[in-house]
Amino acid sequence: MSYELLQQLINGLLIGFMYALIAIGLTLIWGVMNIVNFAHGDFLMVGMFTSFWLFTLYGIDPIVSIPICFLILFIVGWGIYRFIVSKVMKGPMLAQVVVTFGVSIFVANLAVYFWTPDFRLLPPTILQGTWNIGNLDLSVPKTVSAFGSIITTILVYLFLKKTRTGKAILATEMDREAALLMGINTERINSLSFGIGLALVGVAGAFLSTYYYIYPQVGSQFGTLAFCIVALGGFGSIGGAFIAGILVGLVQTLGGFFFDPSYKYAIVFAIYLITMWIRPQGLLGW
Amino acid sequence: MRRFTTRQVIPGVAVLIVLLIFPLIVQATFPIHVMILVFLFGMLGIGWNIMGGYAGMFSFGQAAFFGLGAYTSSYLSMTFGINPWIGLLAGGLVAAVVAAAIGYPCSSLRGHYFAIASIAFAEIVRVIFNNWKMVGAAEGLSLPMHQESFTNFVFNSSKLPYYYIALVFLLISLIVCYFVATSKMGYYFRAIKESHDVAEVLGVDVVRYRLIAIMISAFMSAVAGTFYAQYILYIDPESVMLLAISVQIVLISMLGGAGSVMGPVIGAAVLIPLAEYTRTMLGYKGTGVDMLIYGFLIMLISMYQPAGVWGLFSRIGRKTR
Repeated sequence: MSYELLQQLINGLLIGFMYALIAIGLTLIWGVMNIVNFAHGDFLMVGMFTSFWLFTLYGIDPIVSIPICFLILFIVGWGIYRFIVSKVMKGPMLAQVVVTFGVSIFVANLAVYFWTPDFRLLPPTILQGTWNIGNLDLSVPKTVSAFGSIITTILVYLFLKKTRTGKAILATEMDREAALLMGINTERINSLSFGIGLALVGVAGAFLSTYYYIYPQVGSQFGTLAFCIVALGGFGSIGGAFIAGILVGLVQTLGGFFFDPSYKYAIVFAIYLITMWIRPQGLLGW
Repeated sequence: MRRFTTRQVIPGVAVLIVLLIFPLIVQATFPIHVMILVFLFGMLGIGWNIMGGYAGMFSFGQAAFFGLGAYTSSYLSMTFGINPWIGLLAGGLVAAVVAAAIGYPCSSLRGHYFAIASIAFAEIVRVIFNNWKMVGAAEGLSLPMHQESFTNFVFNSSKLPYYYIALVFLLISLIVCYFVATSKMGYYFRAIKESHDVAEVLGVDVVRYRLIAIMISAFMSAVAGTFYAQYILYIDPESVMLLAISVQIVLISMLGGAGSVMGPVIGAAVLIPLAEYTRTMLGYKGTGVDMLIYGFLIMLISMYQPAGVWGLFSRIGRKTR
């Protein structure tokens, strides 16, 4: 029993780190330009498929294709901001909410069009098997992905805190007008943040492709959770998103363990709603 | 209250007459089915518009209320033999009570936070109904075939009664929306939409009026849900509670023009036939082409015509005057 519980805790933690990585990209976009990217989950799907096809067609292992996913999704994100999102930035708020729903439906169905709605699974790659520690099983792809997610998060954090561009992003997030007055090109920061946000979800996709089913609608489930994680963590807060991601991973697996697995998402959403009631600004928001 | 000008009355009456004789001229079932869906989604759009377009609460969870209405009346009718017309009111009340229960704790949420909370709420409701054995879980509910009659709210031989009932429902919703919009309450709603804090400072009981808006909206959506259940005679969580339905309701309102009485109806009249006909023409292979067009359209509207068709009309109207 206690081993089982410990196993569930570990599983929750491992998936939680993935959620955190997905949510950090989302929170960066949300914080910098006050846009909720409802297509975020669909770009996770794009990352997963990129990794899948790189492996299937060229035999490139998902671990190797992580930087490729990063780059491709960065360019996609930059383009999406330039040609679509920037057009609604000055529009009514409803348009800002709805436009990314349009992107979401478009991207998901583009994948259906090209690759059919079938479920796919990568054959075992470099990351395979399980490590056994005592009675506990640690799936290799899940564990490596979780560590990869932690490393990526640290890199993002260092980039934001230590580099000039990163500081410019944080400054824009704090006060757009002031940043503009300090000579920061906020339009460029927006494109950059959108690019980085999608690049991060691309990395998450590459990791996730090593052990999760790959299909065009995979994004909707992860996306919905990611919105909750971001709002739970607090608007634009990287640390908040990280903590909330782990929390949601734990709640989901423990909820499934103690109650009924089919209710696990409902429990996550319920906890989210309760938190919003008590702390509308999120855990680490202000 | 503002009086109607002849410029507004004549086109309105003309459209109504056309709608009344439309099913008598067009005998094919598919166009009538599409029109019924237009009325249904027009009504759902009006429901959304009251809380979203007027009071500024962008709900992406309307499918939950729609589903609650459909499930309440169907369950009451199947288990206790309660007449669907009473079930319709019961469904509306259940949805309104649930809306109040969820709306109250959410009363400090605005903008994106409200939108995400509404998605979370609707997902909870969907997951519950997907697993709740009492209401058929994922298998849903199949309504038994009752004797065809108005009192039973069942018509097997023809779609015509459904057409007219849906039209009447739509007209009632329009009238309710018109009265809400032009009443003092409507001004409160718009004040809250413009600025929560300013409205509060001016003495508007923000929490109370937000709740009223949510409850009216939930009631209307639930009534539409009962109609849907009686029309299709089969419901399951996938067909009445999906996020895609909630999104479609928002799009309809935005496409037509959020915050105007006629907006959602115009939106439904444009979007539903487009969606239904592209689906029958392109969607049968399951290639997703119809949804591709749909997604592309949403992007175009948000980028270039976010005020909707109604906004376009009123802009042209102002220029010609």
